[in-house]
Amino acid sequence: MGALSIRDVRRSYGGIEILKGIDVEVEAGEFLILVGPSGCGKSTLLNIIAGLDAPTTGTVHIAGRDVTRALPKDRDIAMVFQSYALYPNMNVAGNISFGLEMRNVPRDQREAAVQRVAKMLQIEHLLDRKPGQLSGGQRQRVAMGRALARDPVLFLFDEPLSNLDAKLRVEMRAEIKQLHRAAQVTTVYVTHDQVEAMTLGDRIAVMKGGLIEQLGTPDDIYDRPATRFVAEFIGSPAMNMIVAERSPAGLAAQGFDLVLDDGQRRALSAGAPGPVLYGLRPESLSFGDAGLPGTVTMLEPTGPETYALVDTAVGKLTARVPGRLHQAIGAPVALRWSAADVHLFDTRTEQRLA
Amino acid sequence: MTAGAGTAVARSAEPFGARLARWVPKLVLAPSFVLAFLFIYGLMAWNGYLSLSASRLLPNYEFVGIEQYQRLFESERWWVALTNLGIFGGLFIGCGMTIGLLLAILLDQKIRVEGVLRTIYLYPMALSFIVTGTAWKWILNPGLGLEKLAHEWGFAGFSFDWLINPDRAIYTIVIAGVWQSAGFVMALFLAGLRGIDDSILKAAQIDGASLPRIYWRIIIPCLRPVFFSTLMVLSHLAIKSFDLVMALTAGGPGFATDVPATFMYTMAFSRGQIGLGAASATIMLATVAAIVVPYLYSELRGRR
Repeated sequence: MGALSIRDVRRSYGGIEILKGIDVEVEAGEFLILVGPSGCGKSTLLNIIAGLDAPTTGTVHIAGRDVTRALPKDRDIAMVFQSYALYPNMNVAGNISFGLEMRNVPRDQREAAVQRVAKMLQIEHLLDRKPGQLSGGQRQRVAMGRALARDPVLFLFDEPLSNLDAKLRVEMRAEIKQLHRAAQVTTVYVTHDQVEAMTLGDRIAVMKGGLIEQLGTPDDIYDRPATRFVAEFIGSPAMNMIVAERSPAGLAAQGFDLVLDDGQRRALSAGAPGPVLYGLRPESLSFGDAGLPGTVTMLEPTGPETYALVDTAVGKLTARVPGRLHQAIGAPVALRWSAADVHLFDTRTEQRLA
Repeated sequence: MTAGAGTAVARSAEPFGARLARWVPKLVLAPSFVLAFLFIYGLMAWNGYLSLSASRLLPNYEFVGIEQYQRLFESERWWVALTNLGIFGGLFIGCGMTIGLLLAILLDQKIRVEGVLRTIYLYPMALSFIVTGTAWKWILNPGLGLEKLAHEWGFAGFSFDWLINPDRAIYTIVIAGVWQSAGFVMALFLAGLRGIDDSILKAAQIDGASLPRIYWRIIIPCLRPVFFSTLMVLSHLAIKSFDLVMALTAGGPGFATDVPATFMYTMAFSRGQIGLGAASATIMLATVAAIVVPYLYSELRGRR
């Protein structure tokens, strides 16, 4: 029995189905990421776990107890919101201890909890301030402190880093990861940022249109995306997709033979006939003397690496190469890759073939 | 090309044009400034002087010091007016705010026809106090309104004669005043409630607070600025209140519902006691100033 299990949860609002049957089991201490584009239902799912919304059908169990109809306060959870949701009329200490106060914890224990949390998050000097006097990063810490004070069985994060600037976001991301490692509390974390998803999660659930497209470890999701959507959603720049036709040698696009290994050939012959999507991550592409010919049309140097947009006979492909590129825009190049880096998807079902 | 010509002309006439540009705002503002100065502050000063004079039916500039104020505070009728202001002001502000806040909280529960209800509650504010007073005079008149209706329905023992009862008449003014202003107060509080982030409510729910406690501990404290401005608006309405009293009871029965404003009007314009009226007006001005000046001071200082 996991720390959190979501069984066939569906939610519809006035005939529109937002969640179309979600099944997830989360083990104790696990860090689960819900990631997906806007409107995929990830926040609705989180609200259902928190008890702020109720599923139309299906059940939610926390620590082996059915809490589908339980009030948020009876679920022993804590939640961090995107807007931090600090109580503006209370100082930081009041914010952190409010939940304990509502649970009738004696004053000395409340103060001890505030001190413990403040020390953990290094906000001891802020305890007397009101939220309005804090910076975004400090508010974020206080919001986490409020969640940590109660020692819940389940942490919920609703896009907690979206309102921070880029630098602070990276810092807080690392801090959340360290906190989780130290506290080992089961966590469900909603984000639309795939970097957060990849760096923080023990497992990632990629959601789209009210369904989980793929649930797996970050490595699984990145190396073996189950569908075309997952392949294109995770990874930046996005995976290159080439529409390939069957040919005597395997696959070809615009008359260019595309490399395949034996396993991929077997999967192709086992699958239904018809065109196939041939996916290549930008970092799988490299420049060589021979290969797919094309011309460089745009260069985006990021410092440690350069993204090069290359126009080829099979379409525009993005290559991600380390360091700077000495090729100029308009220069003829040849792209190479190895068959092991290829992802194949059915064009119709968009499911992974190999 | 036309633009180039325009700048050339402007440049050649710059001294006059610039001077004109500098003077136009002052010239345009001058008449209203003079009028405001004369007819607001000038008349205030004149009133202040009259309150120190021996004026009766007509202004009389013989200086008598604070004699009019002595007479004023020896007058039983003035004390009735002040007591009434206390009762009316306290209940009007207290009930108006309580009912307004309650309406706002109930209307904020994501109910279906909120737009319609909001308009209905806000409508009384569109009426003038005279209309409110007249309407309530009919409703509360024992021979015409509620009491007669109850009698016709068969409740022969029903009696609601507050309007003609000297000890109760002031409360009818409270009823009418609260009826008129509660919707306005509701609109102010509703705007305040809408400014509170929804996720604060969710966070408090997860923290284990019940709905009444969420309101009591978090939401109502967050509305403090709204309370303050509502208090300002309502208290100066209460002190100035004249038309509502005139339309509803005209200060009667007898002078049982006199308030300072009706007292001032009666003394200055129908009883030939201009000096006394001026003295009561000055006291009212001082009361309003005592409320508004600290408010303005804190507002202006806070902005810096």
